[in-house]
Amino acid sequence: MTAVPVAAPVSAPPSSAPALVPGAPPPATVFADVWRGIGRENPVLVQFLGMCPTMAVTNVLANGLAMGIATTFVLVGSGLFVSLFRKYIAHEVRITSYILIIATFVTLADMLLAATFPDISKALGPFIPLIVANCLLLGRAEAFAAKVPVHRAVADGFGMGMGFTLSLCLLSTIREVLGKGSILGHDLFGPRFEPWVFMMMPPGGFLTLGIALLGLAWVMELKKRRALVTA
Amino acid sequence: MTAAHQHQHGAPPSTEPHKITPAWRLLATLAIAGAAAGWLVVTVYNLTLPAIQKHAGEQVDGAVREVLKAPARWDTLYLIGNAVTATPPAGSDKRELTKAYVGFDAAGTRIGVAVVAAEPGFQELLTLMIGFDPSTGALTGYKVLDQKETPGLGDKVEVDKSFGAQFAGRIVPIKGVKLVVAGNPNQVQTITGATISSRAVIRIINNAVAKWRPLLEAHDRGGQQ
Repeated sequence: MTAVPVAAPVSAPPSSAPALVPGAPPPATVFADVWRGIGRENPVLVQFLGMCPTMAVTNVLANGLAMGIATTFVLVGSGLFVSLFRKYIAHEVRITSYILIIATFVTLADMLLAATFPDISKALGPFIPLIVANCLLLGRAEAFAAKVPVHRAVADGFGMGMGFTLSLCLLSTIREVLGKGSILGHDLFGPRFEPWVFMMMPPGGFLTLGIALLGLAWVMELKKRRALVTA
Repeated sequence: MTAAHQHQHGAPPSTEPHKITPAWRLLATLAIAGAAAGWLVVTVYNLTLPAIQKHAGEQVDGAVREVLKAPARWDTLYLIGNAVTATPPAGSDKRELTKAYVGFDAAGTRIGVAVVAAEPGFQELLTLMIGFDPSTGALTGYKVLDQKETPGLGDKVEVDKSFGAQFAGRIVPIKGVKLVVAGNPNQVQTITGATISSRAVIRIINNAVAKWRPLLEAHDRGGQQ
C-alpha cells in the first residue's frame, strides 16, 4: 500500500523549468496541483506535517478517516478564502488573517461533525479543534494559496487533504487490524484473535509510521536504482 | 505574472511588499474578516445546535433506559444547592444543572434513580450513569458515558458485559475482589488486567450512591413538590 503515494503520476514540469530541486516552482496544472499533495509532497509521508493528529487519532480507521476528511474540508475552505482575498490582505496582517480563516473553518468542521457523527466527534475529542494548530494548514495558506488563483488553491487544498486522509487511512487500517482485529468495527478474525493492544496506544502509532516510512524509503531507493540501471 | 514568478519561494505574498500599509487598512481588514468569520460561525452554530442537543439528549435517554432496565417513564429531579427538587428556580438553565432521573414501571412504582457521576479512572475522568434504588441501596446497573481507559484492558469496564452485568442487584457499598463469594451481595469480581479501572468504577458507584441517597431520601420525606 505504501507504493500508492509514490507511484502517483506527476506531470512533467515545463521544459523551461529547472530540474526538480527543493523549492522549485511546482507544475501549474490543476491536475498536478491535486496529485502533488497525494504523491510527491504527501503531507504525512513526505513533508512530516501534522504529526500530532497522525499519531493521536489513527488507532481505528473511522477516526483516521474522519480526521482526514475534516482536515480536507478546512484545507479547501481556507485555501479558497486565502486565495480569494490574497490581493486585499495586507502583508503585515496576513498570518493573523490566515489563522482567522483557518480557525473559522475548523470551528465549522467541529460543529458539523458533532451534528452529523456524534460518536466519531466524541472519539476525536479535542483533536478536531486542534486542526487549527496543524502546521499543514498555515503552511499551505502561506506557501501556496496566498500566491495562486482560486482554482489552484482549492485543487492544492484538496490534494493535500486527500494525501493526508490516505496516509491516516493507511496507518489507521494497519493499527485497527493488528490492535483490534477489525476494520471499521467489523470483526475480521473471530473471538480467538488476541488483539495486539500495543498498536492501539500511542507507541503503536510511532511504530506503524516508522515502518510505513521505511517501506516508502525502500521503494524509492529501488526506483532510483532501477532508473540508474536503465540510464 | 508568470507561473514562475508566482512561486518564487521567499518572496512576500503581498502584491505590494515594499509599500507600508496604513494602520486603518490593517484594522479594517481584520475587523471585516473577524465580523465575517463571526457571522459564519454563529450561523452554522444555530444550524447545528438542534442536532447536537438532540444527540446529547438521546445519549442521556439511552443511558437512563439502560441502567434502569427500561422504565415506563421517568421524572427529572434537579440538585439545587444541597437539596433535590423537581422544580428548578426560574431562570436557571436546566441543561447546566446536576440531575437525577427517577424511573417508574408501568404500574407507577419507582424502579430506581439514575445519576451521572465522574471521577478519575486509570488516566482520565471516567463518567458513569448509575442506576440504583435509594430505599435499599441496591444497584440496577451502570453505563459508561465517557472513558479514556487503556484500550483492550481498562476499557473492559465499558465493553466487557460480564463485568457490567455483575452490578445489578448488588448492594452499596460494594467491594471489588479477585474471586467473589457466591451469594455475597456486596462483592463484584474485578477484571484481570484492569484492576484499577474496575476499582475506579466501584469507587465512583459507592461515592455517587453515598452522596445521592440522603438527598433523595430527604426529598422523599418532603413528598413530591
